[in-house]
Amino acid sequence: MKYHAQVEISLKKGMLNPEASTIQRALALLNYQVENTATMEIIKFTLEAKDSDVAHDEVVEMCERLLCNPVIHDYQIQINPVGD
Amino acid sequence: MKVGIIRFPGSNCDRDVFHALELAGAEPDYVWWNQRDLSNFEAIVIPGGFSYGDYLRAGAIAAITPVIEGIKDVVKDEKPVLGICNGAQILAEVGLVPGVFTLNQKAQFICEWVELEVKTTRTPFTRLYQKNEVIRMPIAHAEGRYYTEYIDQLHDQDQIVLGFVGDNPNGSMEAITGVCDQEGLVCAVMPHPERASESILGSDDGLKFFKGIIDY
Repeated sequence: MKYHAQVEISLKKGMLNPEASTIQRALALLNYQVENTATMEIIKFTLEAKDSDVAHDEVVEMCERLLCNPVIHDYQIQINPVGD
Repeated sequence: MKVGIIRFPGSNCDRDVFHALELAGAEPDYVWWNQRDLSNFEAIVIPGGFSYGDYLRAGAIAAITPVIEGIKDVVKDEKPVLGICNGAQILAEVGLVPGVFTLNQKAQFICEWVELEVKTTRTPFTRLYQKNEVIRMPIAHAEGRYYTEYIDQLHDQDQIVLGFVGDNPNGSMEAITGVCDQEGLVCAVMPHPERASESILGSDDGLKFFKGIIDY
């Protein structure tokens, strides 16, 4: 089976996010008063796996070994069969 | 004394480090990212730059290259390893030093001379300084804000190597800008000692980083 994988990488709760702070200040310059601005990174790819659990486990491994830095990042994984 | 300088696609301080090591009296040689065996070197320096374009995170892709396995063997053999700037980010990504160097507090690239305090003299690179000595070296980075979950451990085990004096330009935790592993042999610093290795550059305060490797 072929699956679409999407990994959403965000900073752990409480971690300073300088990019988000800058965006929030820029929005304020345009008179938009917003709060709790956050940014995150999304990485998408397709992969072959026996079933969606196997695909999920493999993507977890990718997150731990390369895609994320466990010191500062949380991640969420979505797995969907190609064609859906 | 043979010292290996690791080159990745995007390294750009390799020749500066070569020059500084020669000034210090070492025999430097370049090593490409795909070389696995580093056993003919007595010490290793990972220079600054933008390895793999800083894609994903600074240092993240360099951290999974074959030469890193070689560096792990160098560490097992208890030989000194120094990471400067991008080299420091790489050592943190590999986990050879604790914590992470991440996006500066003001989300800007900072390039300026700074005053630094030498916090420990137990590493090969800082053994020729006095403890608490204040030195001048340049910084040049966008991802240099130090963060660790284990700050108490760093204090308890004397793993803080350099700290900013006065201003904390990138918002690092406790103004830390250099750390080492528990043994003190793997050292990761954001400031550039090679850019302060002779007086014509504005300071030669950094030269002892390289002199300290000799005959360690």
